[in-house]
Amino acid sequence: MSTLTAVRSSAEETRPRPAYWTTRRRDRLTGYLFIAPQLLGTVVFVLVPLVLVGWYSLHEWNVLADTFDFVGTDNYQRLLDDPKLPSVLRATLLFSAGLVLLNLALALLLAVLLNQKLRGTTVFRVLFFSPVVVSLVAWTIVWHFMLQSNGGINGLLDTIGVQGPNWLRSGGTAMAAVVVVQVFKNVGLNMVLFLAALQGVPRDLYEAARVDGASRWTAFRRITLPLISPTILLTSIITVVGSLQVFAQIAVLTQGGPGTSTTVLVYYLYQQAFQFHTFGYGATLSVLLFLIVLLLTVVQWHLRKRWVFHEQ
Amino acid sequence: MKARALIAATVLLGGLAACGSDSTSDGPLTLRMTTWSANEAHVKLFTEIAAEYKTTHPDVTVQFDALPFENYTTTLTTQIAGGNAPDLAWILEGSAPDFVSSGALAPLDGKVEKESDLVPAATKLWQADGKLAAYPFSTSPFGVFVNTDLVKDLPAGDEWTWENAMAAAAGAAKASGKQGLVVRDFDYKAWDNLASIFHGWGAEAWSADGRTCGFNQQPMVDAMTFIHKAIFTDKAMPGPGVAADFFAGESAMTITQISRASLLKEAKFKWTLVPLPAGPKGEYAVIGQGGLGVLKKGRNADAAADFLAFFTNEANSAKLAQFFPPPRRSQLTAATLAKSNPLLKPEQLQEVVIDGISTGVVKPSHRDSAEIGQAVRSALDPLWKADAQVKPVLDGVCAAIQPLLAR
Repeated sequence: MSTLTAVRSSAEETRPRPAYWTTRRRDRLTGYLFIAPQLLGTVVFVLVPLVLVGWYSLHEWNVLADTFDFVGTDNYQRLLDDPKLPSVLRATLLFSAGLVLLNLALALLLAVLLNQKLRGTTVFRVLFFSPVVVSLVAWTIVWHFMLQSNGGINGLLDTIGVQGPNWLRSGGTAMAAVVVVQVFKNVGLNMVLFLAALQGVPRDLYEAARVDGASRWTAFRRITLPLISPTILLTSIITVVGSLQVFAQIAVLTQGGPGTSTTVLVYYLYQQAFQFHTFGYGATLSVLLFLIVLLLTVVQWHLRKRWVFHEQ
Repeated sequence: MKARALIAATVLLGGLAACGSDSTSDGPLTLRMTTWSANEAHVKLFTEIAAEYKTTHPDVTVQFDALPFENYTTTLTTQIAGGNAPDLAWILEGSAPDFVSSGALAPLDGKVEKESDLVPAATKLWQADGKLAAYPFSTSPFGVFVNTDLVKDLPAGDEWTWENAMAAAAGAAKASGKQGLVVRDFDYKAWDNLASIFHGWGAEAWSADGRTCGFNQQPMVDAMTFIHKAIFTDKAMPGPGVAADFFAGESAMTITQISRASLLKEAKFKWTLVPLPAGPKGEYAVIGQGGLGVLKKGRNADAAADFLAFFTNEANSAKLAQFFPPPRRSQLTAATLAKSNPLLKPEQLQEVVIDGISTGVVKPSHRDSAEIGQAVRSALDPLWKADAQVKPVLDGVCAAIQPLLAR
């Protein structure tokens, strides 16, 4: 508003010469300046590192010996030959699948429950959303204490006479524990998105369905699900991509163990680059991660035509 | 609105430009030394030494940067990779071969005062081609701290064997409801700390030349069987995932280095320090080391080497001896050490420190220690269950690391 007034008054004063700063140019400059910080951030912290990672992946980089030698596709050959990679990819798949299924199912369930007109739903909404704003590492450290074999959860189980397993130290439960800790951390975000979508579904559709004799389940399946499908797509993309980036939880809770059962791709590349000092191979693993994320996103994007109601 | 956006953009660009500027100059300079100790008493002593140095070198300020111990080497190498190498750095014995052989450290020959006074056993790990690459400022034997409120009759003399020690730990744990013996920093991950036990069986992680795996050889199988039994059958050691801190009074005994004695200053329980118990192979000692080196990639390598010489000279070495047993033969006497270690008795210093350094074996180290260590850790994980079969697990460890050792 103030910009417009300023432009108008300055235009009146300098009528004889056509001003360089036309409204159009000014608006454009303002626009560019507004996106400049974000653009700068994207270039410096996303695009440049992206190109550099590709460049590093073609090199053998020994930080201690201070050598940086071009090795062509050697690192990619090593990737194909890496005996540990299959188990790393398996752990990654297990984590992502577990997280996405559990997270979306729970988020949708909570959203449907909290969408009812009942007393106290606001309190529950706040409760389920609050972990989203808690620091990830603090959240994970607290869970680490809880999941110790003499920690809070087993203490609780003990009071009802159940001897809990050593959650973070046995192969089967370690991955489940990491998944559940992550689900509880972020389920609130998806829940809020689903809640917003549910509230956008026109009530009269349900009334019409009821008149036609549809059960609640049929109404949910035939009306609710199709109408919130864009949100399901959005949340599944966010959750899948997020699940592939899991790091802090693994680093704090299991350090990839027991054995290598929770060594997911990001943790493995961190080990290679920062613990074993093979930055070149670490960069190659990042390229692999990038390609996986890209592929999954493209696949989901194309499937939207079949899944998502509004896209048809 | 526009003016604000412009200012914001300028500030951002200016900030980025400032980040990129280099601070190389002949004027006042700041040396940065990374350590893994944020212990107040340690930092106070370092700062005093730096302040004294400043009286003769007014231009030089030394800044001590304490990094978390768990990720020390990772953080250090990340700083080096990021072009932010410190000028001086502490180096853990485990990664000594990596740092020394890679040429990351500036040679120190001729820089260290009275180099001939250094005990050869202490400098062995820190030499490249016979030249000192880092100064082993801490050569610290492992000992057993015992909470004598919990362990009333500690086996002594010839009775101080691993069998008896574990029996005492198990008894104290059972009677008190607390934990028995804690191998400090082990936590079922940093397995190299178990060397303080398995050396008693004559076991080695790998051969002296570093090329043959020792995990599936008989001494290690026996030692690990003993440890497994102590954990899962006798309950003499806390199981995996059980946290217990000796220094907070939560366990009866702990194996750690004597530099931790300072944690007992305000202990609310009575304690003593004894050497490691005798194993089937008799008495033995295990040493953990810390080296201090000058990084070639630091900005002021010459000034850093000069400060290192001062930091480690005879006078300062004597001061550091209160926390870190010195590598200097002339200072390894009970009388000298007693002066700076008020918490320990002269006979404890003689038994644990001086005898330990002269006979001790350094904890396992190897090139690519992080990768090998990680492989051992993963392969050992199946051992930490009550029903584990020791020999097959240890065979698995060797299968995992043999290709890395042979590299």
